Amino acid sequence: MATKIFKHIQTSVVPLPIENIDTDQIIPARFLKATTREGFGNNLFRDWRFDENDNPKTDFILNNPNYSGKILVAGKNFGCGSSREHAAWAIADYGFDAVVSSFFADIFKGNALNNGLLPVQVSEDFLKKIFDAVFADEHAVIEIDLVDQFIKIVATGEKESFEVNPYKKACMTNGYDDIDYILSKKELITEFENPLAP
Amino acid sequence: MGQTLFDKIWDAHVVSSNEGFPDILYIDTHFIHEVTSPQAFDGLRQRGLPVFRPKQTVATADHNVPTWNQHLPIKEELSRYQVDMLTKNCAEFGIELYGLGHPFQGIVHVIGPELGITRPGGTYVCGDSHTSTHGAFGAIAFGIGTSQVEQVMATQCLLQQRPKRMKIEVNGKLQKGVGAKDIILYIIAQISAAGGTGYAVEYAGDTIRSLSMEGRMTICNMSIEMGARCGLIAPDETTINYVKGREFAPKGEEWDKAVAYWETLYSDDDAEFDSVLSFRAEDIEPMITYGTNPGMGIGVTQHVPETASFEAKEQGSYKKALEYMGLHDDEQLLGKPIDYVFIGSCTNSRIEDLRQVAEFVKGKHKADNVTVWVVPGSKQVQEQAIREGLDKVFDAAGFPLREPGCSACLGMNEDKIPAGKYCVSTSNRNFEGRQGPNSRTFLASPLTAAASAITGKVTDIREFLKEKELV
Repeated sequence: MATKIFKHIQTSVVPLPIENIDTDQIIPARFLKATTREGFGNNLFRDWRFDENDNPKTDFILNNPNYSGKILVAGKNFGCGSSREHAAWAIADYGFDAVVSSFFADIFKGNALNNGLLPVQVSEDFLKKIFDAVFADEHAVIEIDLVDQFIKIVATGEKESFEVNPYKKACMTNGYDDIDYILSKKELITEFENPLAP
Repeated sequence: MGQTLFDKIWDAHVVSSNEGFPDILYIDTHFIHEVTSPQAFDGLRQRGLPVFRPKQTVATADHNVPTWNQHLPIKEELSRYQVDMLTKNCAEFGIELYGLGHPFQGIVHVIGPELGITRPGGTYVCGDSHTSTHGAFGAIAFGIGTSQVEQVMATQCLLQQRPKRMKIEVNGKLQKGVGAKDIILYIIAQISAAGGTGYAVEYAGDTIRSLSMEGRMTICNMSIEMGARCGLIAPDETTINYVKGREFAPKGEEWDKAVAYWETLYSDDDAEFDSVLSFRAEDIEPMITYGTNPGMGIGVTQHVPETASFEAKEQGSYKKALEYMGLHDDEQLLGKPIDYVFIGSCTNSRIEDLRQVAEFVKGKHKADNVTVWVVPGSKQVQEQAIREGLDKVFDAAGFPLREPGCSACLGMNEDKIPAGKYCVSTSNRNFEGRQGPNSRTFLASPLTAAASAITGKVTDIREFLKEKELV
């Protein structure tokens, strides 16, 4: 089945300089009761974004009209905790195409890649440079190129390359899907199950 | 060069390995539950695919279920809908469901092992990060996202990059009152909530070897809390004795064949690990967490760290955590009044956990300021506890024994800790809002939780054990 294609973006960013952001913060458990993939963006960072009476908390970055864009930039160990793919769905549904951090939790990274949401792991240094750039100018633009695997602070031209699994890169740039790939090897699966079959 | 236990199991399950691609790994059993499966079933419908190996797929309802009056319809509409959806999907795709009312129902990571489905040398996945629990049997087991749930449903395989290998050894004799939960909280506090990311972790050493299967499951369960892909412990006599005779364990000749294979499952002496860490059992105190990730743990007599002890870039996150928890620099948790005690979750809700708590609370009563919930991990654990009379001990102590489910570990059902309240919890996560919006969690062992319920404040279980020795 075709999935979303990602090759290149250039956009302003939303900075969230907090470490160890777990998937319970990204999407709290009580919002996991939906049985479809849509609509989770409304509850992205629910308890950081809204108070107990559902009023927006003005000091939270997503409620600050000065910050917007297609890239979320966060502190290290982003997406730790629960395996809920709903976290990746919520971030993508809210309108982000990429998440930048100096370290990602494994399961989140995989879930993001399976949903056309690109996790970009940068050095601690480069992460700090992005935060500095965006806190100096909220309209600071970041460029991410998946094809050539680099991330750039456009105003200063500072650039860093990032790693991505070549197979997942091919999937994202072409809109391929894991299931199609495994199904193309189906005879190997049945052989594996019955090694003695003729 | 020898092989690690992890590599032996992985290699035995590789269907196809191609340069530049992740391996196609065969999955022996796929566990599913109501929260992370509906979108995967929908995906199959859209593709017009069946579940490839329905007999190797096992379903239960655990995250949303009430833990009181389970025989009545689920009150909360969305929870009921999600559980009904699982029933409908399992019927449509031919999957065995241990749903509400079934004698095998329970938390997915409790029922797999107790039914003999989880076995040494196997591969197990589930749309749930605590799937690492099953690694206690010397198996590869890890949590996956819903797209991967769909992948395994469609193919019984998973595309997976082989992780690096880490060995964590614990040797020596544990202090009295210190158990498996304290060991794993200690390890995570030492290496941080991200210290195991990218690794499959094998736990070894004589302290680990001395643990029961329940204790080993507690350890492997929390592997994900240090970011590890999975945790595993080489099978031995303890493992084999646990599996023997269970509902779906191999029988007769099959059993002998299985055991002969299981006995080959260990890391060779000359196997190389990418990282090796060593800890001394004697250094481990009863542990408690003070912050908002499981790596923020201390010995129960220690003080909360000072903000200044962290690097400048980490101080903001640290302050945020302390503020959320209502704590301050250098505060001691010992003696801090608490409001709730939760004994349950896939970390600590097995019969051994309940026996240990019951033995301790017998003849004691909870403090007036504390509400206690004891939630068994499965219907079978609940029945066993009742057969042993543990429910009566709990009742007398003011610790009502509830019905099985994930419960207050993540508060998807009614079992939520109210805003601002402190809960000493035997579960696995102390994230902000994990047990209910604005709830505050102190993670600890079942014994520390029980002792804290009795005194109404954070308590060092060793104080009680000293008294016992004096008597």
